[in-house]
Amino acid sequence: MNSSRLFSGSFSLRELHPATIVTVVFLIAYPSFASNFFILQIGAYSLILGTIALSLMMLAGYGGMVSLAQLTVAGLAAYLMAILGDNSMGVMGLGWPWWLTVIVSVLGAALFSTFIGAVSVRTEGIYTIMITLAVAVAFFYFVRQNYVLFNGFTGFAGVEPPTLFGVYWRDPVPFYYLTLTVAAGFFFAVYYCARSTFGLGLQAIRDNPRRMRALGFNITLHRIVAYFFAGVIAGFAGVLLVWFNGRVSPGTIGVDVAIDILVIAVVGGMRHPIGPFIGAIAFVLLENFAIDLIDRERFNMVIGTAFLLVVLFSPDGLLGLWNRFRDRFRFRGNALLGAERVNKDDPASTGSLEKS
Amino acid sequence: MPGTDALSRLQNTGQYALELEAVSRHFGALVALADVNMSVKAGERRAVLGSNGAGKTTLFNAITGDFPTTTGRVRLFGEDVTDLPTQERIRRGLRRTYQISLLFNGLSVLDNTFLACRGVTRGRFSLRRPKRDDSSMELAQSLLEAVHLDDVKDKLVSELSYGQQRQLEIALALSGAPRLILFDEPAAGLSPTERTLLVNILQSLPTHIGFIIIEHDMDVALRVSDRVTMMHNGRIFKEGTPEEIENDDEVQELYLGHGGGHD
Ligand SMILES: Nc1ncnc2c1ncn2[C@@H]1O[C@H](COP(=O)(O)OP(=O)(O)OP(=O)(O)O)[C@@H](O)[C@H]1O
Ligand SMILES: [Mg+2]
Repeated sequence: MNSSRLFSGSFSLRELHPATIVTVVFLIAYPSFASNFFILQIGAYSLILGTIALSLMMLAGYGGMVSLAQLTVAGLAAYLMAILGDNSMGVMGLGWPWWLTVIVSVLGAALFSTFIGAVSVRTEGIYTIMITLAVAVAFFYFVRQNYVLFNGFTGFAGVEPPTLFGVYWRDPVPFYYLTLTVAAGFFFAVYYCARSTFGLGLQAIRDNPRRMRALGFNITLHRIVAYFFAGVIAGFAGVLLVWFNGRVSPGTIGVDVAIDILVIAVVGGMRHPIGPFIGAIAFVLLENFAIDLIDRERFNMVIGTAFLLVVLFSPDGLLGLWNRFRDRFRFRGNALLGAERVNKDDPASTGSLEKS
Repeated sequence: MPGTDALSRLQNTGQYALELEAVSRHFGALVALADVNMSVKAGERRAVLGSNGAGKTTLFNAITGDFPTTTGRVRLFGEDVTDLPTQERIRRGLRRTYQISLLFNGLSVLDNTFLACRGVTRGRFSLRRPKRDDSSMELAQSLLEAVHLDDVKDKLVSELSYGQQRQLEIALALSGAPRLILFDEPAAGLSPTERTLLVNILQSLPTHIGFIIIEHDMDVALRVSDRVTMMHNGRIFKEGTPEEIENDDEVQELYLGHGGGHD
């Protein structure tokens, strides 16, 4: 897929990979053959979780910063929607117009993410995980105990998208297209920006921070800005999440769910922005249908085992598994092109940078 | 007396590219740099010689801020930069290469050079993909031509030969408008042809660009430098013109092992 052409204008349909066309057509036509359950609970929900995981993939895959607080950031946006807009709980609900509520909620989430970045970017590896986990846990207990602003344990219900252009946006089909638009928008934004100066710089900082400083880059600021952008993505996903559920409570942003997001990103693959969405679909399908085979308590065991298998056998997630499978068939017999080789044609592949 | 202080700073501006005042660097009990005083004039070419472990690379790290100094002051182009982070020193015209190549192995040669050019200009946070006619991209192209890497510019760094990687190190240090470049053993491991190429590049640098070169090969070091500094055990023990150093008995003795190389 030659995306440099895609964005410079001289792009023709013939250059698109057939699989890309099939995927796009499938995603657009999906509501015409799927049931409401599949449109909403599987389709829209996967896209929302995928978008939150995308914000993590951007930080972890390109920036080498594994943040467990991306769900918390989305959760803050969800809470702000209920606090600044309308809810049915009689607590807060300032009744701001929907567009202002959305803008302020997303900005609030982005600033929160920036703050998390500011306190965590000087740390590395396991310490980043610990600090962001601490933020997630602290925020969880804070909203659970704060009744004035966050309505404590109960949280908020009755948060709804507006009726606009005569369409009620919580209806399955419009809501599906809304989430698809947001998810696809951020997918392409991340895909494109991976090769921008900012994106290249972020990946170079991940691989060789010392050299980047010696080239004139402020690596701390660069990383914090990455957290800001990740916050915008997670913030929008949080808005969709609260519209999807109609409610938000401490349970929405629990640590167990935060870890689900990490599982989704790792299982899907962190080397390409499509990974989080593949992971989200796999997760949502498992979550909905593994229950039929085993009981609820064992579900986490299934997820845990799946996670373990992927990490053990394909460190780049399902995406890596697929790449290896494809390469084996395409380049069979060609000794020069090992299966491990990264996809050089694909500029968004973070694999083009070596892990240092 | 503030008056004389301001006056001396004024005189220093433009006169000295680098001034080190009693710079020390300790690693635990080890004193890698001990009270080093050194000044390098603007446009001057300085060679730093010394045995392994003499503290030469540590000296460079102190100048760039890669590692903070334990004590002492560092002045660049007349300005005290001791408390400035590395990138701020780089943006003021300092550049360096690394003894052990520190490149972005998975990026293309052109992208490496592009980042170096973009790092010292505006637009480091640009969310647009650089086009071919981007000014940093054009500068990167011409730098690669200068170090004869333009025909491999689309290769990954990991696919380059050792010599080519060393050349890329130099290209990265030439980005933007350098005023003082620190070369850390650029000739180490190069073939005779590559060495000649290196000497040509160094000699053809515009005269306003000064550099400090750490080099074990006396032949290269004495050919490209105006002055020579000798280091030993974290101290500077001799400084002079290449002729003075070459004819110095003490130096002869120290370099007996390596000595065959020069003239
Ligand atoms: N990061 C570090 N931690 C501990 N000791 C260090 C560190 N860097 C350098 N040293 C020590 O400081 C001393 C000076 O090292 P330095 O690298 O500056 O020497 P050098 O003159 O560049 O030698 P060479 O010719 O081998 O490159 C050495 O004894 C080295 O072991
Ligand atoms: Mg050294």
